[in-house]
Amino acid sequence: MSTVEETAEVSRSREPSLWSRLKTNRNWLAIWFMLPAAIFLILFLAWPLILGVWLSFTDARLARPGEFVGFENYEWLWDDSIFWLSVFNTLLYTIVASAIKFAVGLYLALLLNRHMPFKAIIRSVVLIPFIVPTVLSAIAFWWIYDAQFSIISWSLRQMGLIQQNINFLGDGNWARASLIFANIWRGVPFVAITLLAGLQTVSPSLYEAATLDGASAWQRFRYVTYPLLTPIIAVVMTFSVLFTFTDFQLIWAMTRGGPVNATHLMATLSYQRGILSGRLGEGAAIATAMIPFLLAAIMISWFGLQRRKWQHGEGND
Amino acid sequence: MASVQIRDVRKSFGDVEILHGVSVPIEDGQFVVLVGPSGCGKSTLLRMLAGLENITSGTISIGGRVVNKVHPKERDIAMVFQNYALYPHMTVAKNMGFSLMLRGASKSEIDERVRKAANILGLTPLLERYPRQLSGGQRQRVAMGRAIVRDPQVFLFDEPLSNLDAKLRVAMRTEIKELHQRLKTTTVYVTHDQIEAMTMADKIVVMHDGIIEQMGAPLDLYDRPANQFVAGFIGSPAMNFLDGKLQANGSAYVQTAQGQKLPLRTMPQGDSGRDVVYGIRPEHFEMGEGGLPAEIVVVEPTGSETQIVARIGNQEVIAVFRERQSVKPGDKISLRPRADAAHLFAKDTGKRI
Repeated sequence: MSTVEETAEVSRSREPSLWSRLKTNRNWLAIWFMLPAAIFLILFLAWPLILGVWLSFTDARLARPGEFVGFENYEWLWDDSIFWLSVFNTLLYTIVASAIKFAVGLYLALLLNRHMPFKAIIRSVVLIPFIVPTVLSAIAFWWIYDAQFSIISWSLRQMGLIQQNINFLGDGNWARASLIFANIWRGVPFVAITLLAGLQTVSPSLYEAATLDGASAWQRFRYVTYPLLTPIIAVVMTFSVLFTFTDFQLIWAMTRGGPVNATHLMATLSYQRGILSGRLGEGAAIATAMIPFLLAAIMISWFGLQRRKWQHGEGND
Repeated sequence: MASVQIRDVRKSFGDVEILHGVSVPIEDGQFVVLVGPSGCGKSTLLRMLAGLENITSGTISIGGRVVNKVHPKERDIAMVFQNYALYPHMTVAKNMGFSLMLRGASKSEIDERVRKAANILGLTPLLERYPRQLSGGQRQRVAMGRAIVRDPQVFLFDEPLSNLDAKLRVAMRTEIKELHQRLKTTTVYVTHDQIEAMTMADKIVVMHDGIIEQMGAPLDLYDRPANQFVAGFIGSPAMNFLDGKLQANGSAYVQTAQGQKLPLRTMPQGDSGRDVVYGIRPEHFEMGEGGLPAEIVVVEPTGSETQIVARIGNQEVIAVFRERQSVKPGDKISLRPRADAAHLFAKDTGKRI
C-alpha cells in the first residue's frame, strides 16, 4: 500500500463521513426524534389547514373542484350581514362564557383547595360535566330548555314566579344566554381543576409568612395566590378561549344556529355554508376568517401574561 | 422587645397529645434555642408561639399579654422559615417591605426601613433581584431582612440553616448571633443541631417526645446533663455510655459485666451494687498506663484532633485527642477515663445520680 492511500485512510478515520456525523450529532439527533411526530402533524394538521386556506380562495363546490378566484369569497362575506352577525355572536359567546368560566372556576378551585370532608369525592364529581360527551349533555340541556317540558319553566311556574313557559331556545337573546350557560357548565370543571392543580403548587409556608406579615385573607389572595397563579391562568384561559371560540357541537346539537341565525357562530356558519349548502369555498373562507381572532388570543396570552421576570431568573440552587 | 412566658402548654392533634405540658420562661432580649430530635414537638411549640397552631391548653404570653386567642398578625412577631418562604414574584425590596406595605406605611418610610435593614445584612446590591436569582445564603439573609424590617417584639427562627451547606451554615450562625447582639430582640430559635444550640443560645431548651428534658445555659447542660438523654444529645461526638454496677471497695468505681473498673472521684449516694450507666465524654479519655485495655477499630484524624473508635470489652467507645496519635486499627491501647469528668446515671430512670 502506498503512503498516499494510508494518509487518506487516516484522514478519513479522523473525519467521519457526513452520514455518520448526521447519525451522532446531538442537534441532528433531536431532529431524528422529532421527525415522526412532525410528519404526523404536518400531514394531518398543517396540510389540511393550508388546503383549507387555499380552498377559501377558490369557488369550489361539492363535487366540483374550484378555480382560483382571489378574494372574491371574502368580498362576498364582507357584505354579508349574517356573517357579521356570526362574528358578533362568536365574540359575545367567547367573551362572556370565558369570563364567567374564569370567575366561577377560580372560585371553585379556591373552595376545593380547602380542607373539607369527602374532598376527593367532591373533586371528582366536579369533573363530571367535563367527561360527559358534549352531544349527550347538549341533548340534556335541550330537554332542560324545551319549550313545553322545560324543568326550569315548570319549577318557576310552580313557585308562581312566571305565568308562561320561557321560550329558551326560541327567542334570540334567550337562546344565546342558554347556550352560554350550557357552555359554562361544560367548561368550568376544566378551568377549576387546572387552577386547583396550580393552587396546590403554592407552598403553604408562603401563606403562613403572609399571615405573619399581617395579610388578611383577601390580601393573601391578592398578593400571594393570584400573582403566583398567573402563569397557569394564562395557559388555562388561552385554552378555554380557543375551545369556546371554535365551539361547534353544543350549538349544532341544540339550536343549529337558530332562531333566525341568532346563535350562529363562525364554526356553525362555516359548516352550514360549506358542507350543507355545498359552497366549499365560502365555508372555507369563514373558517379561515377565524384564524386572525385565534392568533390574537394566543398573542395576548403569550406577550401579555407569560413574560414574568420572576419566573425566568437564572436558577442558582 | 418583650419577654415571653410559655406556661404548661399542651398540644393535641386529635387524640394524640404531642406536647405534654411545657413551660419555658424567656426573658426580654434572650436568645433561646429549642433543640431536640425530629418529632419532639419543638417546631409545633414555635408555631404555637407564632399563632400558626392553636394552643390546646396552657397559656403563652408575649410582653405580659396572653396571646392564646390573638391573631398572628396582632402578635407583633416575625418568623424566619426553614424554606425561607420568600415571595417568588416580588423583588428582595418588595419581599422585605411587604409587611410595611400591608400596614399602610408610606412609600418613603418603607424605602427607608428596607434600606436600613438591607444595609445591616449587606443586601443593598441585591434589592432589585428576584429570589430565584439569589444563592441559598442570600435568600436566608433576605428572610432575616424581612423579619428585621418589621422591628418586632420577638424573632422566631424555624430551623433556618438546615438548607445551607456546612460552610455557609457556620458563617450564617455567626451572622445571626451578631445580629442578635446588635438588635437585642428576644429570639426563639428551633433547631435539631445541638452545635447550633450550643454556639448561639443564651438558654437551651432540650426537648424530647413532647416534654422538656432540661433547660439551662449551654455549658451547664454540657457539664451537668440532667439525664442520659441530654448527656447523649449535647456534645459531639456523643458521650460514651458504659453499663455497670456501682461498687465501693476502698475507692469508688463502676464495674462492668466484663469486670473492668471505671473510676469515680466520689461515691454517690445509693447502694453499692446498684445498676448504673457510666457516662464519659470522648475528650475525657487519656491514653496511658493503668487504663482500660482497648482495641482500636477506626482512627479518624481531622487535623485539629484525632478521633479514635475503640472496643472496650464488647462495647465500642469514641475517644478524642487534641494531640496527634500514631496508632492504627488493631492496636492494643490503654484508655483511662478521667474520674473527675465522669457522669453517672440511674440505669432504670436515666436520671443523673
